[in-house]
Amino acid sequence: MPENKRSDAEEMATKQREISVAAFFEKNRHLLGFDNPRKALMTTIKEAVDNSLDACEEAGILPEIIVEVIELSDKRFRVIVEDNGPGIIKEQLPKIFAKLLYGSKFHKLSQTRGQQGIGISASVMYAQLTTGKPAKIKSKIGKGKKANCILLKLDTENNKPDVISEEEKEWKKDHGTRVELDLEASYIKGSQSIDEYLKQTAIANPHTTIIYTNPKAEQYIFARAVEVLPPMPKEIKPHPYGIELGMLIRMLKYTESRTLQSFLTTEFSRVGAGTAKEICQHASILPNIKPRDINRDMSEKILNGIRKTKISAPPTDCISPIGDTNLEKGLRKEINAEFYASVSRPASVYRGNPFVVEVALAYGGELKGDKQARLLRFANRVPLLFQQSAGAVSKSVSAVNWRPYGLQQTGSNLPVGPVSIVVHVASVWVPFTSESKEAIASYDEILKEMRLAVQECGRKLGSYVNKKKRVGLELKKRGYIEKYIPHVADALKELLELTDADDKKIQEILTALLETTRGKVEEVGKIDNPDYDADFAKIGKEEPKEEEGDEQ
Amino acid sequence: MKVLDGIQKISSDIYKTILKKKQPVVETPLRSLSNVEYNEKDGYFKQLGKTKERTLTAATIKTFAQTLRMMSLSKELVNKDDIATKREAYYVSKNWGEARFNEQPESDTVMDDVEAMLGVNREQLGFIPEEKGGDVAGELIVIDQDPNTGKDIRVDCTKFGSGAYSVPSSTEHLEFETKADFILAIETAGMFQRLVKHNYYKKSNCILISMGGVPTRALRRFIRRLSDSHKLPVYVFTDGDPYGYLNIYRTLKVGSGNAAHINKYFCVPNAKFIGVTPGDIDDHKMPTHPLKEVDLKRIKDGIKNDPFVKHHKEWQKALEKMAKMKVRVEQQAFAAHGLNYVIEKYLPQKIKNPKKWLP
Repeated sequence: MPENKRSDAEEMATKQREISVAAFFEKNRHLLGFDNPRKALMTTIKEAVDNSLDACEEAGILPEIIVEVIELSDKRFRVIVEDNGPGIIKEQLPKIFAKLLYGSKFHKLSQTRGQQGIGISASVMYAQLTTGKPAKIKSKIGKGKKANCILLKLDTENNKPDVISEEEKEWKKDHGTRVELDLEASYIKGSQSIDEYLKQTAIANPHTTIIYTNPKAEQYIFARAVEVLPPMPKEIKPHPYGIELGMLIRMLKYTESRTLQSFLTTEFSRVGAGTAKEICQHASILPNIKPRDINRDMSEKILNGIRKTKISAPPTDCISPIGDTNLEKGLRKEINAEFYASVSRPASVYRGNPFVVEVALAYGGELKGDKQARLLRFANRVPLLFQQSAGAVSKSVSAVNWRPYGLQQTGSNLPVGPVSIVVHVASVWVPFTSESKEAIASYDEILKEMRLAVQECGRKLGSYVNKKKRVGLELKKRGYIEKYIPHVADALKELLELTDADDKKIQEILTALLETTRGKVEEVGKIDNPDYDADFAKIGKEEPKEEEGDEQ
Repeated sequence: MKVLDGIQKISSDIYKTILKKKQPVVETPLRSLSNVEYNEKDGYFKQLGKTKERTLTAATIKTFAQTLRMMSLSKELVNKDDIATKREAYYVSKNWGEARFNEQPESDTVMDDVEAMLGVNREQLGFIPEEKGGDVAGELIVIDQDPNTGKDIRVDCTKFGSGAYSVPSSTEHLEFETKADFILAIETAGMFQRLVKHNYYKKSNCILISMGGVPTRALRRFIRRLSDSHKLPVYVFTDGDPYGYLNIYRTLKVGSGNAAHINKYFCVPNAKFIGVTPGDIDDHKMPTHPLKEVDLKRIKDGIKNDPFVKHHKEWQKALEKMAKMKVRVEQQAFAAHGLNYVIEKYLPQKIKNPKKWLP
């Protein structure tokens, strides 16, 4: 029997080496939302726009974002995203755009769109991988200064930026950042298109202006509807209940606190001296021990101590919801319906992270009644267009019994009827089911809040649908009664030998009587929606002309 | 004239109400068993005061208009001294546009309501039924009038051979001569023919009447007048089932809930039920059929709601017995014991034995 040559440990060791994060993601691009050319285009634009909005809001600037997609050749596109944000200083530019897991948002807990510092660098990497072209970045941080322009690549072996050239240029903008990437992609219209994504972004960010030119050179201007920035989300420290072992160990390693007790009080929210002592007591660890002397076992004890200690819920004023009225306004712009409802839930907490669920709903009017409800999902004001059926939103909407609210539903599926439902989750840390941020993870607390919000909207819908039914029935009855009034009059005319004038008078009195005895009928079911914008609504509605073969 | 005055009063009341800008209402007596009472002294179902309203509601507006239209038609008929059959009245309504009747039972109902409202017989409104009364054979001479000359016509009910005299739809003008001992009212035409063919009326000196199901108003009136004028007992012979007891016999004897306003004249309070009783089924070992669901329901309903049954313990017992036996029996089932068993044995024995009757 021929023996296959096996390796020994020494030999194997020669092949064992560190895997660069960048190299890993190069091979697993689907994890970041680059599964196919169509999604690659979407993800690239999404990451750039998310960053622009986050930066503008943090700097207190009303965002104005220019998005341009140019078809260079078949399957090759140039994406340009330009904002009026605060700009990025020269030294940071390379790292922000060409180093994975580098960013400002991972280390703090605050309601931002970006989280991990992967997105835009991954786009840069994807662009260079598919076209070999570097990213072109321009940024200016204030009036009277020059803009820094750099050409940038990502060294995937070492996850390091590789600056190809840099120069200073004049830019007529006071401040802002412009990213230009050439990448392999494919552009199609439809419900998962860039057009739709930007439109929904406008719905969830009424304070933003987006000027968008698509590859067909059609330009859309989504003008801002609100001239005020949403309140700045406050940064909060993590709540002890949300912490995991690895995170705790890392925090202990980097803390500047000298004792465990001061570590607990300074690094966490809702932990005062008393609570800190209690945690130490429950963990059977001295409060004055040095954090760097705490080993893994002790960390686990601390974690147990935290679990045994009663700690009040984290502050919830750090969340900045869209607001039920603004959310509804966005929906009114998009859908010409006869009835709208919206609900903004009070803040709640999952695993130590505060979050807010908001739901808006449109019913009837021009919506088609024979299809499943359309879901518009948002997380921290970012539209989620993929994996509609996965995640907490679809799960909680399906779990609600819609029949009492006047919609059809089979089993625990999405309801069927002329209805569109918007669900927004705002949190300092939105739990996604994957790094590509397509669906929200189903934590019980989140599901519950969603269910309560959806039910509240549902109840409003139900009372509207019932009212409509009632009024419809009343109108039908009234019409029926009115049909016979002339017969009553004619018969009386015959019986009492009355004149035509008498006959007419009887009919008039009886018709008037109907109104007084049965009351006035309220008008229900009319579309009365001045906010509706037909051109806006049309965006993204065209059916995709070509389907991707590798589409999931 | 009572009818015209009544119509005038009701319609002008409605008109005045409308001019006062109030909801016009037509009230008609409730025509059902729940609106009648029974006692033996009066001998028939007497109407109580319950009424139903028709006004400007979706449920009643159409009938409201139809009631007025029907009154208008009646007024026209009475004024012109004309008549319309119930079927013709239904066809007249086809000119009423939206207010037309879709089926004749609807128009019959409204007609009965107008009748009840005015407390008159439908003939007085100018409406006549298509139904004929029933068949008569036996020791009776009916004195009718020639419609052209007004002269008396004597009709001998023994002279129809294997046929019979047919009772007309209006019987008020008829007079009778008879020496018969009793009247035998029979449910089915089949049994009637058997008794005629075998000269039963001669053997027992009686008048045979075929009701052909529930007796019409005309027949009820005919039997009543015949019985009253010559003090003749009336014996009723039907199938042994709830329909025979509660629909045919009960209606003949005390009238119906549906037409309670005229029961006083259209009933035969001295009628007696001779068979087929539930007791007969055992006594004569008769072949039976199982009771249907509707039969059981009718029994239950009768015991619970029929004032006549509620008044007579014997009937309650008989119905309960039938419900327990769960069988019904037909008149013609006596044929199982020979074709003439009913003539030679059953009827002579039964008529001699009032204890075996039901009230």
